Amino acid sequence: MSDDKTEIDPHSGVETTGHSWDGIKELNNPLPRWWLIVWYATIFWAVVYMILMPAWPALPGLGGTNTPGILGKSDRAEVAAKVSTMRAERSVASQQLMSSSLVEIQDDLNLQQFAMAMGESAFGDNCATCHGSGGRGAKGYPMLADDVWLWDGSLDGIEQTVRHGIRHTSDELTRLSAMPAFGRDNLLTSAEIDDLVQHVLSYSDRQTNPESASKGSVLFAAQCASCHGVDAKGSRLVGAPNLTDAEWLFGGEPADIRATITNARNAHMPAWQGRLDDPTIKALAVYVHSLGGGE
Amino acid sequence: MNLISSTATPKNNAQKPPSLYEGRKQIYPKLAHGKFRMVKWIVMACTLGIYYALPWIRWERGEGIPDQAVLADFAGEKFYFFFIEIWPQEIYYLAGLLILAALGLFLVTSLIGRAWCGYTCPQTVWTDLYIWVERAFEGDRAARMRLDKAPWSVNKAARKIGKHIVWIVIAFLTGGALILYWHDAPTIGRTFFVGEAPLTAYFFAGILTFTTYFLAGWMREQVCTYMCPWPRIQGALTDDYALNVTYRYDRGEPRGALHKDQGFEGRGDCIDCKQCVQVCPMGIDIRDGAQLECIHCALCIDACDDIMKRVDRPTGLIAYDTDLAVATRAAGGKPVYKLLRARTILYAVLMIAISALILVGLAEKPTFQVSVLKDRSPPFVQLADGSVRNGYTLKLVNKATTARNTVISISGVDGAQFQIIGLAKPDDLAQIQLPLEQYGVDRFRLLVTAPPADRPHRTSLDISIRDPETGETHTSTAAFVTAGAK
Repeated sequence: MSDDKTEIDPHSGVETTGHSWDGIKELNNPLPRWWLIVWYATIFWAVVYMILMPAWPALPGLGGTNTPGILGKSDRAEVAAKVSTMRAERSVASQQLMSSSLVEIQDDLNLQQFAMAMGESAFGDNCATCHGSGGRGAKGYPMLADDVWLWDGSLDGIEQTVRHGIRHTSDELTRLSAMPAFGRDNLLTSAEIDDLVQHVLSYSDRQTNPESASKGSVLFAAQCASCHGVDAKGSRLVGAPNLTDAEWLFGGEPADIRATITNARNAHMPAWQGRLDDPTIKALAVYVHSLGGGE
Repeated sequence: MNLISSTATPKNNAQKPPSLYEGRKQIYPKLAHGKFRMVKWIVMACTLGIYYALPWIRWERGEGIPDQAVLADFAGEKFYFFFIEIWPQEIYYLAGLLILAALGLFLVTSLIGRAWCGYTCPQTVWTDLYIWVERAFEGDRAARMRLDKAPWSVNKAARKIGKHIVWIVIAFLTGGALILYWHDAPTIGRTFFVGEAPLTAYFFAGILTFTTYFLAGWMREQVCTYMCPWPRIQGALTDDYALNVTYRYDRGEPRGALHKDQGFEGRGDCIDCKQCVQVCPMGIDIRDGAQLECIHCALCIDACDDIMKRVDRPTGLIAYDTDLAVATRAAGGKPVYKLLRARTILYAVLMIAISALILVGLAEKPTFQVSVLKDRSPPFVQLADGSVRNGYTLKLVNKATTARNTVISISGVDGAQFQIIGLAKPDDLAQIQLPLEQYGVDRFRLLVTAPPADRPHRTSLDISIRDPETGETHTSTAAFVTAGAK
């Protein structure tokens, strides 16, 4: 390595730095001057940039924001402009969505594809939080990709649900029903609830106590059949689920059913009218309908 | 080698520390005459001709499709090259072309050194053009050196101003021609000058105008020496047998001025006339051996051959040769040249293979393509009656200039039925017609439902799309997933 005496490379006649790798010595050549000029130029440009563009944050007197720069560039304003341009570009198709019935939308391939694309992104932003991506659902949040519909699986029915919500009481047109909390409100005794659970299980041949189940059938006819139907196939008028199929929104195990009878569920979905514009709601209806083929 | 150590005189003495920065030393390349200079003129004419003329060539493709032979249509998301048309989903062709270009560079470098740098690199071509302009205004090497040393005068100013004006015009034509490649050339050629062209067009034309003027006019050899990575990479691509522009010191040394009536007995052929140095656009002395700066433009070969003819010696004192061969001859041996080497054969074979792949791909390129994307969320849906349903997105690309109808059918999953969202179910479930837009991409949502059965976790589902008119059929295989055991 380096010693105090400078070494001159005999090949080039240039002083070496004393550094040597595998016998190759580093020459102490001067850097090209334009490098220095470029460096100064970048410093100069940095100053110009700080004057032109938003730059220094958190200076006193700026109210916590940054220096605005004399060009007045604002990413936020640019995004807003782009969004309004996009809205304008979409307005033709949006108008068409507005003026077409949902069935017409589905029959027009172009309009349908537009609605599907629009619905897909709106679904991801607003609905997937509860209903899951692709409408896969979760406990308490209905799967939208299957063929089971609590209220209505038609295009118009889906649109009404999206628009007015479920048990969203500040909306007059919301889908409304309330299952009593049979246990919590002491409408039934604990033993009677056990009998009902056995009876409900019997629709899927899972009862373990036939005697209890037959007692439960009497209770069912008196307490439950008005909404769930005498055959327990549910009623869309009140959003009462079919108890004979393989679908259980809040779980189909005895403990789940018991909890449902005891406390009732009465889940909520917000009304989206006013939060989403009409074309978006229509597009959502088309998209949700497409997830599982709707009805 | 004594020829090199003879030039070793220390630049700096111990008292004066070396300067940290050094300005560029102006290089005044002299005009060379000869076969390599001719080759370079021809290459320049061809490359510049292609660059400036290509966007103006028309190529009829059909109604509503750009008729420019070479066009990178960013708005329409397509790349056109005569009969070839690259859609975004075929960007791998571009990757293939880039790989081919890289291999071509490797092959040429391992055969004849930096031929790319010396003849075809845009930096070389435009610098050459700029020096040609400079020569037209300021004369050849000696005249230019005199002019630069002379005090300012009307004559000097006129020559300098004239040169820069022509340089800027060339730079603008260069930058302007670039944007012709991604806009309809006749349209942008008009809108550009009336201020109606897109901002990006002005931006890129401006950038390339500036870089052309600056890099070819002012920076020149410094681009190659300091900025370009290629001279560094090249070290890994060359070997003992790669032909390089080489000074044959076995023949040339000992060098010395040729005095009248003195023969070449007992001395080398190099008469130290420094013509090779004077024509060099990089400002180096090829007699110092292989150097990072040397772009292998071969102008020193022309200059030296000229001199050798005049002193009645054989040409080729500087020639395409290898250091190994020169050293072998210097030691009295017979040099061996190997063009066929493992690396050149490998590069050539790879190039042929990739070209073949691309050509086959292009020849077989269908006018419609299908891709099937299975829903991942949810992976499958259990229906109320115990059936299982899987959802898929079909993406159909129709590259024909007319709309078409295709027929879909599925197989592979027992008893499975399917539906396309938005398309009415026909009576015959095996056939659903998918109407395709001309020259576009359509997406369809496909739902496949299989009745309750004991099914494995995963079954292969074949989805066939057929155009009954042309007979083209595409079958894609996707997974059909159930809750069954893995």
